[in-house]
Amino acid sequence: MIALDQKRYLRRRILNAFNLSISMLTVSFALFFLAWILWTLFSNGLSHIGLSTITQMTPPPGSKGGLLNAIAGSLYMVSMAVLIGTPVGILAGTYLAEFGRSGWLAPTTRFINDILLSAPSIVIGLFVYELVVHRMGHFSGWAGALALALIVLPVVVRTTENMLQLVPNSLREAAAALGAPQWKIVVMVSYRAARAGMLTGILLAVARVSGETAPLLFTALNNQFWSNDLNGPMSSLAVIIFQFAMSPYEDWHHLAWSGALLITLFVLGLNILARSIFRKGSNE
Amino acid sequence: MSEPTLRNTQAVLDILFHNTTRLFAFIVFMLLFGIMVTLTVASIPALQTFGFHFFTSDAWNPVTVEFGALVPIIGTIATSVIAMLIGIPVSFGIALFITELCPPWLKRPLGVAIELLAGIPSIIYGMWGLFVFAPWFADHLEPWINDHLGNLPMIGSLFQGPPMGIGMLTAGFILAIMVIPFIASVMRDVFEIVPSMLKESAYGLGSTTWEVVWNIVLPYTKVGVVGGIMLGLGRALSETMAVTFVIGNAHELSTSLLMPGNTISSALANEFTEAVGDIYSSSLITLGMLLFVITFIVLALAKLLLIQLAAKEGKEA
Repeated sequence: MIALDQKRYLRRRILNAFNLSISMLTVSFALFFLAWILWTLFSNGLSHIGLSTITQMTPPPGSKGGLLNAIAGSLYMVSMAVLIGTPVGILAGTYLAEFGRSGWLAPTTRFINDILLSAPSIVIGLFVYELVVHRMGHFSGWAGALALALIVLPVVVRTTENMLQLVPNSLREAAAALGAPQWKIVVMVSYRAARAGMLTGILLAVARVSGETAPLLFTALNNQFWSNDLNGPMSSLAVIIFQFAMSPYEDWHHLAWSGALLITLFVLGLNILARSIFRKGSNE
Repeated sequence: MSEPTLRNTQAVLDILFHNTTRLFAFIVFMLLFGIMVTLTVASIPALQTFGFHFFTSDAWNPVTVEFGALVPIIGTIATSVIAMLIGIPVSFGIALFITELCPPWLKRPLGVAIELLAGIPSIIYGMWGLFVFAPWFADHLEPWINDHLGNLPMIGSLFQGPPMGIGMLTAGFILAIMVIPFIASVMRDVFEIVPSMLKESAYGLGSTTWEVVWNIVLPYTKVGVVGGIMLGLGRALSETMAVTFVIGNAHELSTSLLMPGNTISSALANEFTEAVGDIYSSSLITLGMLLFVITFIVLALAKLLLIQLAAKEGKEA
């Protein structure tokens, strides 16, 4: 009897040890691929990146050049997207957090926003194509910026709402007791208390759209030349990387790797910045 | 409503502010319907031409203007299923490690690593897949898969084919790596809400760590775990760039996962700007609408399950 239990105990111990080692293996599996991807990116990117990458235009195949027009295009469209998406997102998020206690609109919008948050970005591109490009008859930087703004929007709505809900109600009540109207409470008390978190949300949204390629393919299209004109086709770093990487030319591949390194450093840097701002803000 | 209540300006401003925020919330609310309606209208020409047959036909011929959605649908489902088959167990292992085994000093760095994996833009996964992973896969893994899995009864034909590196299996594998951080972090979060009283009771009865996780933590959090898996599935279904690089863009029905294929999103990314003619672009938009509807259902289910778990937690707390 005792011998039997010993055997069973041993079996349970072995199963436990086996499964826990598998669990450690899965962690190493994920870390291995993270390291592999980052190593590929840095070794390929660093060997081809140089000053010319950020001072020269995208070249035709076979000649030297840089990514200046693509970087500029990305900056234009991402800033426009943030300028359009952020105010809309903050106001909608404010409604959800501050006025959304009753009625059907707030819970439904919250639900829809969470779905938009992970909606396929290529479908957003299709939507803007139908809405803007098809009507105007040509691809444009504005259409690209609008598509990116639609991706910024749900991120900002979500973080604004979450951050406003973290603001203690006693702050609002104190302001109300002093006779402040509600809009002043929201703007002067809630927004100030939630400032760091809301800024984090915006930075995370910028990080998210900087690497987006799919929604730009049918909206901003691409442009091999310098362009300040948001009304015409515009190049972007992500689309140029896609085009150059899929091409058969060696020079273009090198530029694509440099661009990939730039984009990744930018996105990961923004993530780190966002997190440190958030931590500093919540420590205050 | 009556005039005297609006006497002072602050009250007017209050109403103005309230309604402005409500208007913008309404815009977000309408966005979903806007997308749905716009895509539906744009897909009418294709649906009028091909009817319901569009969804079951494997034709894709821009020259004769014949289109069907079957190949991209199967490609999307196949790559997502592969991603889930690899991604779910790995994510579970990672969540188990972080919540039960990890020494406290390692939790933060590991969390950052998972976030890094989630933060890398999908186009980088695509490039890495095309230039590094696919050739390695073709040289080292696919011959082995051919030899060892190709002869299995029933599923053998799935694993037979030329070792090209480009194909549905490669795409599914890369998708798996991309969804792992999402599923793992949801699983970690829901594992952490299990009351320690429950776990400690099981430990007190002599359970091993594995038994606690399998018999206590998992049943307690199963709704949340399924929600996390659905979120990952939504991402796998809708991922575009990483797949476009390595799937091979072939509109052919193939029984082998080693052969090139197509997904809805990769077909759109590759062909939409070059689509000539109303029927061609309308067919592609119909594909996009289909993708949107599928991901909507998956994400809505995920959301409902996670809400249900949050409600349960609230009730017991």
